[in-house]
Amino acid sequence: MSLRQAPLPSLNLDNVAVMRGNRMVLRGLSIAARSGDIIWIRGFNGCGKSTLLRLVAGLLAVTSGAVHAEGRIALADENLALDANMTVEAALRFWADMDGASTNVRDAALMDMDLQDLAIIPVRFLSTGQRKRASIARVLASQADIWLMDEPYNGLDSASCARLDHAMLAHAASGGIVLVAAHQPPSINVAHSLLLDTQGTAA
Amino acid sequence: MRAFVALVAREVRLAWTGGGLWLPVVFYLAVATLFPFVTGPDKALLARTGGGILWIAALLATLLPIERLILPDRQSGVLDQLALRGWSDELVATAKIAGQIVAFALPLLLATIVGAALIGLPEAQLGTLLLGLALALPALSGLSVMIAALTAGLNGASALGGLLLVPITIPLLIFGAGALAEDPGNAMQLLAATSLAITALSPFAAGAALRAGRI
Repeated sequence: MSLRQAPLPSLNLDNVAVMRGNRMVLRGLSIAARSGDIIWIRGFNGCGKSTLLRLVAGLLAVTSGAVHAEGRIALADENLALDANMTVEAALRFWADMDGASTNVRDAALMDMDLQDLAIIPVRFLSTGQRKRASIARVLASQADIWLMDEPYNGLDSASCARLDHAMLAHAASGGIVLVAAHQPPSINVAHSLLLDTQGTAA
Repeated sequence: MRAFVALVAREVRLAWTGGGLWLPVVFYLAVATLFPFVTGPDKALLARTGGGILWIAALLATLLPIERLILPDRQSGVLDQLALRGWSDELVATAKIAGQIVAFALPLLLATIVGAALIGLPEAQLGTLLLGLALALPALSGLSVMIAALTAGLNGASALGGLLLVPITIPLLIFGAGALAEDPGNAMQLLAATSLAITALSPFAAGAALRAGRI
């Protein structure tokens, strides 16, 4: 595991509200995550899980409240962000180079998501589950402190789900923070489980 | 800086593999090939008007790569991932413009030598034409990225792109074609100044459009 530099990662959302397209998607939401926490966010389709992750990623602005994240952030959402014509390995290498990750880290990420055999396949030939694994590998190779995982279990077979569980637990154990947005209940030990209701408030 | 170079290299690679590099060149040379059929084999007429036609062809070729410049990266989440890593939208736009200069402007400049030969442009004019295009093509690269960012995801983006491009490029065309005239005056200097202004402003315009398009 990489040596982390002080300060420890942390994530604080204070009474956050977000309005999108004239609709309040999130309201009155507060989250405090410390190093080593896995936060599981559940809720119906459209309750604001993805919005919450995009907000933490800094891709959306809050309408009111405050978001403060300490540490580098990585996001795996429904967008793969890997060039379709490149091989899996080359596409991952592009982001690993951006993040300054070494070859070892990249190879370990491929191994953790069982992608070694697919490394030379162009990204456009991957199946749904394989694409998901590639996007998780991108997060693994980023060496970021805070992982934002949007429906990471979608399309994964049970072996891959176990690999993902293992990766997230290992990340938390090494002092990172994981935010998981999923519609199913947690399959691993989590620090907090948060249920969003249709109004975008924590139920 | 290394990451910036990596992003520029990615733009060039995508242009190379996605047809963005050859399409403008083929279009440009097609115009140069077809034009003599319209005017007939009048050498004097071709020499007088050929440079201007190549200018118009270069401006219109700018529109060809627009659809693949921004939209695919927005849809695939690449722009999100860059923003997440602290890249400003202006810097992303600058990298894309630099990529366009390598993958669009340089090939077009080389194609000009072939195009000028096809039209039968006098050698004296070829030098002026190349210099003028070399000055203007960075601005055209900037404009293509800006227009791509503005129209990404809209219906009829190409048609809209044409409407946006034409008014902004009129000064470039006037000074560029003017520099080919027998008495060019300060046309080349004015072309350089106009091009510099457009090139310098386009990353900011494109960056603002990228930001506005993030939902």
